[in-house]
Amino acid sequence: MAAILKDETAPITTSGDIVKVRQLVRELTISLGFGLVEQTKMVTAASELARNALDHGGGGKVQLQVLNNEMRRGLKLTFIDEGPGIQDLEQALRDGFSTGSGMGLGLSGAKRLANEFEIESVPGKGTKVMITRWRNT
Amino acid sequence: MIQATALAQVISKNEQQILEQWVALQQSATTARADLIREHELREQSREFLQQFSAAISTDSENTEAAAWNPVKEILAGVSRSRAIQGFTPSETAMFVFSLKQPIFELLRKEIQDPAKFAGESWRVTVLLDNLGLYTIEVYQKGREAVIARQQEEMMELSTPVVELWNNIVALPLIGTLDSARTQVVMESLLEKIVENEAMIAIIDITGVPTVDTLVAQHLLKTVAAARLMGADCIISGMRPQIAQTIVHLGVNLSDVVTKATLADAFAVALQRTGASVTRNSVKA
Amino acid sequence: MERIPILKMGEFLLVTIQVDMHDQLAITLQDDLTQQIVKHRAHGVLIDISSLEIVDSFIGRMIGNIAGMARMLDAETVLVGMKPAVAITLVELGMSLPGVRTALNVEKGMAMLHGSLKGKEFFGRDIEG
Repeated sequence: MAAILKDETAPITTSGDIVKVRQLVRELTISLGFGLVEQTKMVTAASELARNALDHGGGGKVQLQVLNNEMRRGLKLTFIDEGPGIQDLEQALRDGFSTGSGMGLGLSGAKRLANEFEIESVPGKGTKVMITRWRNT
Repeated sequence: MIQATALAQVISKNEQQILEQWVALQQSATTARADLIREHELREQSREFLQQFSAAISTDSENTEAAAWNPVKEILAGVSRSRAIQGFTPSETAMFVFSLKQPIFELLRKEIQDPAKFAGESWRVTVLLDNLGLYTIEVYQKGREAVIARQQEEMMELSTPVVELWNNIVALPLIGTLDSARTQVVMESLLEKIVENEAMIAIIDITGVPTVDTLVAQHLLKTVAAARLMGADCIISGMRPQIAQTIVHLGVNLSDVVTKATLADAFAVALQRTGASVTRNSVKA
Repeated sequence: MERIPILKMGEFLLVTIQVDMHDQLAITLQDDLTQQIVKHRAHGVLIDISSLEIVDSFIGRMIGNIAGMARMLDAETVLVGMKPAVAITLVELGMSLPGVRTALNVEKGMAMLHGSLKGKEFFGRDIEG
């Protein structure tokens, strides 16, 4: 099990918060020694998921954790909202960027940008999305 | 523990004597490298080590992994690294530690009368020094691994130069087997070079690549897509029947990408697309 | 209110996006741009993102919207200056920005717009640059 070296939470209630989340993730990936492309992928994934939480989840928060797994270090982000949840997870994960609603692209895109991806959603209760990226993968 | 104090006391009481014997032993050993290290440096390294070793033993810690042994290990790491640079083999460096056993044993034999106690203390010292000797080898290994990693990086950079063929046209001749990691690095550097050279067209030549697997083919495709997003087009040259077959069988879709059999063909297309043309003047006799 | 400046460059408009865009700024930009295109009878819009280290689907959609609106107002849009790391990430994200032409920098973008215009002049319709 990975040890948690750092643990902080940031709110996602305004679009200005999304900018702050990006900056936080950028700082953490830099301190973890991620290469530029890895940084960009993680910050972009965070931006997508934060926006989802805001636009579709009615706002929420993100938990940022720096993990240490034997010899590897990584960053885990958990986005939580108490919104309407996602009815059809499979569909949401499959959707490309063609639809105007834009919910699908955030999820499947974020999944491709991270090394690990997990999602839990209960319609009517909320959604929880976790992505992890390890250094030098 | 009475025994611990005895060992620690014995060593700290006779530090100077142990040091003299140890240095003499090292110099007369077959593994001594008088050509690589001078006496005063050897003496200084030994003195520092012995001092810290003595201090660590008196903390009553048996486990060389414990924090009490960190100062000792720091000194050993320094010795291991500097000796590696000087040209010592890892065994020769380990002997630095192992050769300390003899003077300590002789001292213990003199100072400890009880045979059982002597056996116990000798064993303790052996275990400690064995671990520390092995540690110097570990440090050496890690150092070598770092050098190899750096050389691999340099090799990767050298083996994937991006050349500017003409205004607005760059070429990346790929040589050798591509693995997923290398391909990613290479593609990133191609995109950087496209920006640097303000290239409108990048020719990726795979003539020198024996096989292309799914991952590599996908990376190529992603690179072409990324270049397009940036405002440059890619042409893949060096396409051969075997590779074409492999790609089709893998189900990778290259229909969007211009591919040519030779770099020359690709260059001709690139010149045309960038609005350049080649004319032949009469050859000077 | 914060606004992104729009520069007139001959018959084209240049927009340089340097800050982290939030929703209001994006909406204001789209409004301002469409007004300026009409006001100056601009035939092309250059969007310079060479300062952007992140382009997510929100910015991507905004750029797509701008291109769509500009086209309806008879102006072409060229996106310039995308950083390699951004391009690689967008490909992984799955965004292809259809309907948006791209060039490496402002200079090449302008050349592209000029080229299209020329095509239009002679033949009265779009020619691939």
